[in-house]
Amino acid sequence: MKTFKGRVVVAGEVTAEAAVTKAGFNTLASFQKALMFGDKTAKCSDQNNADLYGKPMAGKALCLPQTIGSTTGGMVLFCAAELGQQPACLLFSKPIDSLAAAGAILAGVWSVNSMPTVDTLGDEFLDYVKSGMKVSVAKDGTVSVE
Amino acid sequence: MPMKLSPEQEAILNGEKGETFAKVMKTLVMYGEAFGAEKMVPVTSRYGHLVTSFGLSVMKPVYALMDKLIQGGAISQQKFTVDPQPLDKNVPANFLQNIFFKVMYSKQGEYNAQLEKLGIFDADSYSCTCYMDEAGNIPQPGEVLSWAESSAVVYANSVLGARCNRNSGIIELFGSIAGAVPYFGLLTDEGRKAPWIVEVRTSKKPEAQILGSAIGMKVMEDVPYIKGLDKWLGVRLDQAARDYLKDMGAASASNGAVGLYHVENLTPEAKTLGEGLILPGAKTYVIDDAELERVKAGYPCIWKDPGAKPKLAFIGCPHLSQAQLIDWTQKLSAALDKAGRSSVAIPVVFTAAPKVIREFEKTPQAERLRRLGVALSYICPLMYMNNPLCGKMPVITNSNKLRTYTSAKYLTDAEILAKISGEAI
Repeated sequence: MKTFKGRVVVAGEVTAEAAVTKAGFNTLASFQKALMFGDKTAKCSDQNNADLYGKPMAGKALCLPQTIGSTTGGMVLFCAAELGQQPACLLFSKPIDSLAAAGAILAGVWSVNSMPTVDTLGDEFLDYVKSGMKVSVAKDGTVSVE
Repeated sequence: MPMKLSPEQEAILNGEKGETFAKVMKTLVMYGEAFGAEKMVPVTSRYGHLVTSFGLSVMKPVYALMDKLIQGGAISQQKFTVDPQPLDKNVPANFLQNIFFKVMYSKQGEYNAQLEKLGIFDADSYSCTCYMDEAGNIPQPGEVLSWAESSAVVYANSVLGARCNRNSGIIELFGSIAGAVPYFGLLTDEGRKAPWIVEVRTSKKPEAQILGSAIGMKVMEDVPYIKGLDKWLGVRLDQAARDYLKDMGAASASNGAVGLYHVENLTPEAKTLGEGLILPGAKTYVIDDAELERVKAGYPCIWKDPGAKPKLAFIGCPHLSQAQLIDWTQKLSAALDKAGRSSVAIPVVFTAAPKVIREFEKTPQAERLRRLGVALSYICPLMYMNNPLCGKMPVITNSNKLRTYTSAKYLTDAEILAKISGEAI
């Protein structure tokens, strides 16, 4: 097991299986089909994301560098949370971007389905964690990967 | 560190204007604190711009939130424009597609009514290019905006010299409701400096949409300082340069997350501050012909039959300017003449802002375009494409943004012209 310490953006505790993308995560492109067709597993529909395309994201510890793309991104994450299709948590290797922060905070303030969010976990975190690994997030931003 | 709020902002946060207002302020405060903002600053632009224009039935949580805002009296303090509408009967669609659209966008009427209550400028204010002269939402240099829509934000920052973060949908409305936004990122002088130098060393004017895509994929959300592009665009921000930068910026914002770029000798801050905008230790990305070819070759084609004959072409994502509409009409007319055809070889849709279309309709080119068989629409092509029926169609586009979010296949302007004129079908 290895632990990483990041900065808490939205506090919370959760344990989930990792879903990892090394490339920027395009939130709209990734969630749009799942939202549109009510896919409760939220399979990633971003054709440009070789790491996650076709893989479920709901209930996973989404490990990513940052999000990219449309400014609907935060709203899409908020909708995913309200519809119960959200990742269990969002774990960023880099400082969080404005769209992802908006989504995590909107869910935290306006939805019952909050997504604990930690950023600045470092490149080493993203190098180490692999899809399928068990990831635990503590309230103080400590992330354990086993 | 907690953000320092004004007494009025503090009172709102503590519920003086009700629970809904308090939650709006709490969201903005948390949003700012995530980026180390120490204060809120007033929104100084005359108008806002919202990204959410579609009454998509599955986006119920957004409409429920809008209802909460309206019921809580949390209305925008400024009028705003909004991204394009998703439906237009001028755009070709078959019987099944039309039924699907009606189901999919069943909330459109209700959502438009919500936007009226929240403060939309007028019923023709739906476009991603709200900053066109005809559309009239043109921020001044240095103004602070609370906008979303990635292509509009990057344009306002880079070409107009306004200041706006890449806000998400909903957050941009919250800023307009509060009349203030957290001060961080692209609002600050430091946040507008470039950790990347992009050197354009191509043998011809690069395709705007591929250049933007290459830059976005490389720098992600960072600010690039672009050298060598003034060789192809000149040093004046004339209509042609603005249109080029509109398309380049949209690609950089959708293929990456660029919210601001500087073009040496051309964009406002690059003209006044020059290389002073480049951060010490900036990385360099050289873009030559081979690099553009490499980037384009990497675009996946997810059509079932990659060699299928296109059934539809979309031109205008982001929406075309009036000058682009005229240019495309002339180019297409000439190409059809050359191909010995009187009308387009496949269904073609040009998209532009309602107010741009209204002015274009006053020119002789409008009738000429109609005779060529091209549909002219105000819709968002992305909204049209995002359903299983349209998603399976082999659609071509010259928009890298549309390519990114849908199954549409990207072609350069010259390639798509050859297809729609029948030269290459």
